[in-house]
Amino acid sequence: MARRRRDGGAGGAKPPGLKMKRVVNLILPTVGVGLAVLAWWGASVNVPDLPSPLRTWEESKLYVLEPLVKRGETDQGIALLAYYSLMRVAQGFLLGVVIGTPIGFLLGVSPILTRMFDPLMQVLRPISPLAWLPLGLVLFQKSEPAALFAIAVCSMWPTIINTMMGVRAIPQDYWNVAKVLRLSRTTTFLKIVVPATLPYMFTGYRLSLGIAWLVIVAAEMLTGTPGVGGFLWQEYNSLIYAHILLAIITIGVIGFVLDRLMGVVETRLRAA
Amino acid sequence: MAFIEVSGVSKSFVSGTGVKRVLRDVSLAVERGEFASIVGAMGSGKSTLLSIVAGLARPDSGSVTIGGEQVRDVRADAAVVFQNYSLLPWFSALENVRLAVRAACPLLDRAAQLERSRSALEQVGLGNAIHRRPSQLSGGMRQRVAIARAFATNPALLFLDEPFGALDALTREALQQDLVRLCSSAARPVTTVMITNSVEEAILLSDWIIPMLPGPPATLGAPIRVHLSRPRSLAQLAHQEDATHVRAHVIATLTAALGGRIRRGLPRLDADAGMSIELATEETQ
Repeated sequence: MARRRRDGGAGGAKPPGLKMKRVVNLILPTVGVGLAVLAWWGASVNVPDLPSPLRTWEESKLYVLEPLVKRGETDQGIALLAYYSLMRVAQGFLLGVVIGTPIGFLLGVSPILTRMFDPLMQVLRPISPLAWLPLGLVLFQKSEPAALFAIAVCSMWPTIINTMMGVRAIPQDYWNVAKVLRLSRTTTFLKIVVPATLPYMFTGYRLSLGIAWLVIVAAEMLTGTPGVGGFLWQEYNSLIYAHILLAIITIGVIGFVLDRLMGVVETRLRAA
Repeated sequence: MAFIEVSGVSKSFVSGTGVKRVLRDVSLAVERGEFASIVGAMGSGKSTLLSIVAGLARPDSGSVTIGGEQVRDVRADAAVVFQNYSLLPWFSALENVRLAVRAACPLLDRAAQLERSRSALEQVGLGNAIHRRPSQLSGGMRQRVAIARAFATNPALLFLDEPFGALDALTREALQQDLVRLCSSAARPVTTVMITNSVEEAILLSDWIIPMLPGPPATLGAPIRVHLSRPRSLAQLAHQEDATHVRAHVIATLTAALGGRIRRGLPRLDADAGMSIELATEETQ
């Protein structure tokens, strides 16, 4: 009887292997984080300026435990700082997506346009946000639009490229359906091209958001605007090294959460 | 002049390895309301010919006219059923059919379009699966949706590209019977061109069988008349002397061409293998 239950045959009990797997899934990452903290602690013993994990917590807990308190322009709770950064990223990312998606569609359907702009794209794509930002400042004279410009320009490439690939990957069968049903250009675009490209587009959006989040730190550092990146740079200049580590951890965690959220949307789209 | 008139059509494809001549000087005539099947081995160029006749592709030379008009595009009164169903996976069965209805009858209001799509699906026995997506349907059900989509627009012309090729034998027979029923109950006479690699299927459904003689480039053999009373069934055809004659005639034509090809030592052994297996099963039936 016990044997049968173990096979998952009786009573709808979950197979024991599953529970074990969950425990392992929880333990292994915890061990990994623990080892990293240990390495950090080891490094802090040898590098006098590097705060230990405990000191970092002691000096940062005000920001973490009162995350929404505003004490000064950059002296604010970590959630508020993250909020500013996220808003900026959201704007720059949306700008990149709004520009990049139509470009991706155009390049996807037109081999002529692709050949015209592909070399240009390959040259522009690897340019660092640090290089775009001064150009943004020259163009817009203000730090806020310059930051948005840098985020949009850096983050739109995956959106363009993935949308383009998505359009090119549409099977001939679907184009045949459009031809056989004599669908108009608009209907073909809305009912066939967009749905067929959607999963690729969202892969592009996910990568673009990752880049946008990378760019934000550089943009805030250079423009001195309030946000996690601005905070990081200001605390470095004030020699409060524990806060640098707080900012770094915050940036990492938020980046991870953003990627996971986009991943969930992407999985849903692929399943649909 | 016949309703569908194909004369002197040739087609080649340019690939990395050179020019591949697929069709050479192909001519074909189908009268209004007739059912014509082009039978041949896999990879012999049947699909290319059908897409030219249907208006999906252009011939290099020669012409295709339907009702006296030159075919340049897929005609408004034509429907095509493909072997791989060609349903849009993000739409339900009903939405897939409605897309065709909407494109064919833009003046019809939404409710009427939906009603027509629903009744087309009911006609093929899918009344209770209209909201399912293609991924939730079996192969046979998907092809039923594709057939419903084709008939929902009340076509005068039907082009079938190996419509039952991907289905198991039982499903295949059920769908063949559905197709016969739909063709005979249609509001106006449906002129059909089907391509298939099954001789049996061609005899079951057609008025004319045109053997495709393998190339490359492929050519068409002389049309063979199928003078058998309707309705027909596979079981009945198995014992009917006339059917046996037609079968023997078609197979003889195809195997003679195939034999010639083997003697000429042409490549494309895959196509040959597919052909002989298919023909062998036909002969043993």
